[in-house]
Amino acid sequence: MGQQKNLDGYVGFASLPNQVYRKSVKRGFEFTLMVVGESGLGKSTLINSLFLTDLYSTEYPGPSHRIKKTVQVEQSKVLIKEGGVQLLLTIVDTPGFGDAVDNSNCWQPIIDHIDSKFEDYLNSESRVNRRQMPDSRIHCCLYFIAPSGHGLKPLDIEFMKRLHEKVNVIPLIAKADTLTPEECQQFKKQIMREIQEHKIKIYEFPETDDEEENRLVKKIKDKLPLAVVGSNTIIEVNGKRVRGRQYPWGVAEVENSDHCDFTILRDMLIRTHMQDLKDVTNNVHYENYRSRKLAAVTYNGVDNNKAKGQLSTKSPLAQMEEERREHVAKMKKMEMEMEQVFEMKVKEKVQKLKDSEAELQRRHEQMKKNLEAQHKELEEKRRVFEDERSNWELQQRLEQQKMEASRTLEKNKKKGKIF
Amino acid sequence: MASTEIARQAGEGVRAVPLAGHVGFDSMPDQLVNKSVNRGFCFNILCVGETGLGKSTLMDTLFNTKFEGEPTQHNQPGVTLKSNTYELQESNVRLKLTVVNTVGFGDQINKEDSYKSIVEFIDAQFEAYLQEELKIKRTLHSYHDTRIHACLYFIAPTGHSLKSLDLVTMKKLDSKVNIIPIVAKSDAIAKSELAKFKIKITSELVSNGVQIYQFPTDDESVAEINSTMNSHLPFAVVGSTEEVKIGNKMVKARQYPWGTVQVENENHCDFVKLREMLIRVNMEDLREQTHTRHYELYRRCKLEEMGFKDTDPDSKPFSLQETYEAKRNEFMGELQKKEEEMRQMFVQRVKEKEAELKEAEKELHEKFDRLKKLHQDEKKKLEDKKKSLDDEVNTFKQKKTAAELLQNQAQQAGGSTTLKRDKERKN
Repeated sequence: MGQQKNLDGYVGFASLPNQVYRKSVKRGFEFTLMVVGESGLGKSTLINSLFLTDLYSTEYPGPSHRIKKTVQVEQSKVLIKEGGVQLLLTIVDTPGFGDAVDNSNCWQPIIDHIDSKFEDYLNSESRVNRRQMPDSRIHCCLYFIAPSGHGLKPLDIEFMKRLHEKVNVIPLIAKADTLTPEECQQFKKQIMREIQEHKIKIYEFPETDDEEENRLVKKIKDKLPLAVVGSNTIIEVNGKRVRGRQYPWGVAEVENSDHCDFTILRDMLIRTHMQDLKDVTNNVHYENYRSRKLAAVTYNGVDNNKAKGQLSTKSPLAQMEEERREHVAKMKKMEMEMEQVFEMKVKEKVQKLKDSEAELQRRHEQMKKNLEAQHKELEEKRRVFEDERSNWELQQRLEQQKMEASRTLEKNKKKGKIF
Repeated sequence: MASTEIARQAGEGVRAVPLAGHVGFDSMPDQLVNKSVNRGFCFNILCVGETGLGKSTLMDTLFNTKFEGEPTQHNQPGVTLKSNTYELQESNVRLKLTVVNTVGFGDQINKEDSYKSIVEFIDAQFEAYLQEELKIKRTLHSYHDTRIHACLYFIAPTGHSLKSLDLVTMKKLDSKVNIIPIVAKSDAIAKSELAKFKIKITSELVSNGVQIYQFPTDDESVAEINSTMNSHLPFAVVGSTEEVKIGNKMVKARQYPWGTVQVENENHCDFVKLREMLIRVNMEDLREQTHTRHYELYRRCKLEEMGFKDTDPDSKPFSLQETYEAKRNEFMGELQKKEEEMRQMFVQRVKEKEAELKEAEKELHEKFDRLKKLHQDEKKKLEDKKKSLDDEVNTFKQKKTAAELLQNQAQQAGGSTTLKRDKERKN
């Protein structure tokens, strides 16, 4: 993306890793580990062995010492320091898991717990005022498989299937000192076969560019699932003080890689991949939870074809913005349409009125014309009549005169004036 | 050992337990560092200052390379921001460096709006990050962070005081970005004046309430050096990519007739201090401050603007879903209301227009009723005239008939009289 530039001398940003180191030590670290398995599989002992501490002691007894009727989820928090580094370690126990006669849904309290931690984180991340964001999400789940030597139990499969997309699942063969190396090998193969068969996604070690590291990773992968032994007691073996389990036939040493995979587990879980477990939890499991949760909120049952496609990458706020814009456009269109219909109707009505007016006007004109014609006719008639009358009257007068004249003549004749 | 932030967060109820051996989690910082090195680092610097103060040269000097860019002219109509991203590598550390320059800053006659484009740019980077953070499907861990981590503010070497443009701009920026003020081209100032200049600048900043970046003193390993350096702010720097032979070494310097200013000589200028603080000691802190302080402030303001809040009046914290749902319902309600309002408006208009048209129709009818009446009147008049004419005609006819009758009678009588006369005459 950016231009490559060569440096002509030492600048000093190579100290960035040191700066990051310094700040991270100052901040401190936190890690939450969940252990799941039937009681008696040595979970507490393993934790104590891993962290070389009496996390569970007589003062703070582990889950096996507490009888539970239903599956509980319990947290123990301790602060441990080593080499200037402080770690806040939270161990999440699940006493009662798999111990009942009917274990249906015994995973539900565990799933609920994991989800509630995601929910807490989501809520604190979504606050307006964010100050501290303590991370109590489960970073890793150690699942203890009983060393039957046969294969996975239905409960094991069910549990892992339900949790592999919520948390990093690391299956362990517990109390591995009851299996001979060959039995263990067989058992491991069988388990891995079944895991693949059921498409269970257990925690995967990331590939690196480093060849050396990749070789180590491959070695670990070949040994999965790790078979572990834990112990609270220190025994002297060949002059050395080691953690182990004393049998009449010998001592099973916890930290002896020929005896069990404990060191591999410890190195992987604590010394090399602790940060990666946190990153995968944050970048994969948490993001899955979050996007599912937010998608549910935004779409909320509204069947939106677009929702299934690209819009799922939008933030709910951006989505609301888009909806707002869409709505504005829709309203504009509706407004335009309504305006058009309105105009058209008005035009129609106005036209009708005009036509009506024209018609009435026309009729009025016609009647006027008619009337005028009649007037004219009448005028003509009158004129003719008056002419006739005046003519006749004239004639009458003439006659009258003539008669007057002749009568006068007669009168005169009679008077003897005329012969 | 001092308590860590995590320990403090955990509170009082957490017990500390001793370890019976080496567990190995002291490798955690290394694990974290390895991951960051693999991912690569990213740093964004903003250079604010008038044209010609040597911003580009200083960047080149700091990073020992030649970055993009032609020197700009003084005729820019406004302030624009130009950003360039570079991939740098030093040993196994990869750094994606973005250098943002303010082009045309201080060149206009009216500089009232100069700071605006800078603030807008900074906010835009925050906004982009916020949008990514709010997405449903997001990829924050591979997001290329473009937020400005450090703002180098270049002060002109006048020797007197800060310009008002400087004060105004820095005041607008101090809550948005880490400001590191530097006196540019400080080889133009004599040593005695420089001390006074620095004091003047610092006091002006303080009296105007401008918050500049303080190198952190909470971490013991760097507290001492940081607090010493804090007292040397603002750094008086000189930049140069030219090399001059001093003794038997080639050093970066500026050569004058009266002497040579050596960039990396701490007696000559504070360049080394700047490099030390900005890059070698506090780069990570600058990034962290940007993220936890400046970005959080922006985010908080933005969300509050949009009406989000943390608790409802009953002091129950809102869950995110509830907030979104509530917002969404409110929003949908608003939209529906608008739609309804528009409909109502149309209904109203239709009503009004109908009334108008009805009124017009009524008027039309009235008009024609009037005309009709007029017409009726005319017709009546005509009828009357006709009638009177007819009467006259009748009267005349009667007269005429009577007269003719009389005439006939008279004629007959007269005729017989004439006959008589004629007879008499004959006799």
